[in-house]
Amino acid sequence: MSIFSLFRKQRSAPMARERLQVLLAHERASSSSDLVSVLREEILAVIAKHVQLDSDKVHVKMDRDENVSILEIDVEIPLDAALQAA
Amino acid sequence: MGKVIVVTSGKGGVGKTTSSAALGAALAHKGDRVVIVDFDVGLRNLDLVMGAERRVVYDLVNVIQGEAKLSQALIRDKRLETLFLLPASQTRDKDALTPSGVETVITELKRVFDWVICDSPAGIERGATLAMRHADIAVVVTNPEVSSVRDSDRIIGLLDAKTVKAEQGERVEKHLLLTRYDSNRAERGDMLKVDDVLEILSIPLIGIIPESMDVLRASNIGAPVTLADARSAPAMAYFDAARRLAGEVLPITIPGEKRGIFGKIFGRKAA
Repeated sequence: MSIFSLFRKQRSAPMARERLQVLLAHERASSSSDLVSVLREEILAVIAKHVQLDSDKVHVKMDRDENVSILEIDVEIPLDAALQAA
Repeated sequence: MGKVIVVTSGKGGVGKTTSSAALGAALAHKGDRVVIVDFDVGLRNLDLVMGAERRVVYDLVNVIQGEAKLSQALIRDKRLETLFLLPASQTRDKDALTPSGVETVITELKRVFDWVICDSPAGIERGATLAMRHADIAVVVTNPEVSSVRDSDRIIGLLDAKTVKAEQGERVEKHLLLTRYDSNRAERGDMLKVDDVLEILSIPLIGIIPESMDVLRASNIGAPVTLADARSAPAMAYFDAARRLAGEVLPITIPGEKRGIFGKIFGRKAA
């Protein structure tokens, strides 16, 4: 019995804090991923108007920090397509 | 031009209406012209909390639909002559609020009042998004409890995306108002501490309102807690929060903690 009552007395606030941190890290990432996929599609469409490219070679990434969000766009353009455009 | 404050939270029952009334009365108490607008169409309660439930003739929806003039719908508080209330409709549904109608009303109110306080409904639907739409400042009301903190995080995301300021590339000034705080339980480790919530939500703190009987007592008699008993602990915390909203820099005290702990009291920076 005494062992159980020891467990029951365990403080609950640290658990609340930890669960929230894990959950919110996940939810923040997923709420911006909608935006990321929309951005990816639209950026791809704009570039595809001028340059032929592989849709797998477009990477869009969003990092969210306390103060700033960073949008990282990485587009790999094939060499011959780049020459055509020039 | 007045400033628009939205009092919001996502979760229901955390103290949005209580806080809207208390902060509004505190700002009006020092002579500012204040209007509190109830956006909870269908479930209005601000009128009741402020003791004006029998004086409602016209409401926000009547004004938006052109059935009444704004001046006819505004109710002047009986205790403070610079404090006004614009009630929500009790009978219509939330679709009666239109974005352009809300914009017109807010623009007109900003011209006349120093502070336009929008009391948001719970949730993230139309009523809540329209309440925050024109905000310059957001007061995010949060209880030290997991579901409230999670919903506040969601609301903070919306404030950064769905407001006019956000769309113009500006920022809504966001503040955390921690309500129903019990420092004894937090000290024992049975409630999230102030610093826990601040670290998780990472927006500046504007005040800590202690869990108190005085809040219920005030709503029982139909008065904002800052007017019902200005010397009570929650009232003093709301008065301080109102002064911070108006730009004053005050140290934040944790209600219920002994004043002797200087490190805790003065070590914390105000929002």
